[in-house]
Amino acid sequence: MTEAFANASLAGRPSKAASKFRLALALPAWAYGFILPVCFCVFWEMSVRAGVVQGRLMPAPSRVAETLFNLARSGELLTHSAATVSRVGAGFALGAAAGTLIGAICGASFTVRRFLDPAIQALRAIPSIAWVPLFILWLGIFETSKIVLIAAGVFFPVYLGVLGAIASVDRKLVEVGRAFRLSRSALVFRILLPAALPEWITSLRSGLGLGFMFVVAAEFMGASEGLGYLLVDGQQLGKPDQILAAILAFAVLGKTCDAMLVLLTTPLLAWQDRVRDRL
Amino acid sequence: MLVIDALSKVYADGTQALARVSLTIEPRTFVMITGKSGCGKTTLLRLIAGLDQATSGAIAIDGKPISGTHHAVGIVFQEPRLLPWLSIADNVGFGLTHLPKDERQTRVAEALRRVGLAEQAKRWPRELSGGQQQRAAIARALVTGPKILLLDEPFSALDALTRADLQDQLLTLWQESQTTLIMITHDVDEALLLADRVVVLQPQPGHIVADIKIDLTRPRLRSETSFETTRRALLAALDRPLVELDR
Repeated sequence: MTEAFANASLAGRPSKAASKFRLALALPAWAYGFILPVCFCVFWEMSVRAGVVQGRLMPAPSRVAETLFNLARSGELLTHSAATVSRVGAGFALGAAAGTLIGAICGASFTVRRFLDPAIQALRAIPSIAWVPLFILWLGIFETSKIVLIAAGVFFPVYLGVLGAIASVDRKLVEVGRAFRLSRSALVFRILLPAALPEWITSLRSGLGLGFMFVVAAEFMGASEGLGYLLVDGQQLGKPDQILAAILAFAVLGKTCDAMLVLLTTPLLAWQDRVRDRL
Repeated sequence: MLVIDALSKVYADGTQALARVSLTIEPRTFVMITGKSGCGKTTLLRLIAGLDQATSGAIAIDGKPISGTHHAVGIVFQEPRLLPWLSIADNVGFGLTHLPKDERQTRVAEALRRVGLAEQAKRWPRELSGGQQQRAAIARALVTGPKILLLDEPFSALDALTRADLQDQLLTLWQESQTTLIMITHDVDEALLLADRVVVLQPQPGHIVADIKIDLTRPRLRSETSFETTRRALLAALDRPLVELDR
């Protein structure tokens, strides 16, 4: 939209000098975000080549790209990415489902909230990474403990988001439900949850972000594959290019998953009277 | 028949909104409740709707006492209060989910046609004008076939032209459906143009000071002499000081 608008106003511009000046800025909307990183990479590359910084610890972008390319070609990148994404996926599904369910129940019932919310808030105060040793003792070193850790990280923002969203539902709409004699569960499903939907989706997005944060922690605690493993491996074997390649892969994966979540949920919010944030 | 017997309401902060209000409303009448702000008219309506609990007194429909919301009572609020995530058709069908799908669709389509929104069935509420939204809200309340429809200043937020339009439509809907209408207004002319009966409340605490039967034939015209006479009587009831009324 913005793009089309910019182009349209450009076309309508009669002065040639003015259009020349504008041309420099007439990039597609998404391209603006690349300007700074690209300049930074060029500067970095030149610094390494000129010997200003040491390439051994600060590998040049070309070197990182090469590593990334090699990892991709050998299939390793796919294996590690798949391992990480499946962990995040499982943990996110588990944590988001639990957060939504418990958040909705606490939001709908004052009694349940009074019993449960203080305990959940207390648990939230514990940094989730602190659970790692216990999870390993309880659930072993393999997948289960990792997925549970990620789920625990995802749970809290989703729980808080759903609870807050339900608490802020317009009393006037709830009254419509009462006027139509809805039962308590019908009130939850037909008024409270739909009204809370936009905030729920926002909370899912922050939950997903945290899921990616926790997958790194989970893979640090001992994994034979996954992007987190690439990070540890890169550190232990002194391969900063591999660390940076893994970080880049994390950035791309995280952004892609978030974009997919937005894309999947956009139809649910078609009724909203606001400009939806671009990805 | 709706019988309200010595209804009182004291809010938690101690303000008495209504004091022993009694009122008997025959079926199929159009009753307007009017009065200055703070006279308890909205409180009275919310008590009849069952959205608030009375402190004392009783409400009965056709001889059966009611407490809480009742399927025979529908309500239209001051704002349309449509659910923004449902299409207009789904909003109108909100109270019909217990019916099979075809019957629901038929009744929704019929209700939409009657309020002139057949074309808007698939739109979101936000895409409609204020007047259209309020019409959808009226359709939503009427589609379940309530014996009594309560309306809380439903047209107060609309411009004069839209309001006149909706007043006409409401009159037609009422004559077709033969429901009892109890509507709050602070607009004397609106009361005179539409109602069979106007109940005037006075505040501190809310009580009935006048109950005026309006015998004017419909359609009513503001220019008629009888209209003006009734208007004066009503205005007098609204403005008369409390001391004089207690006598």
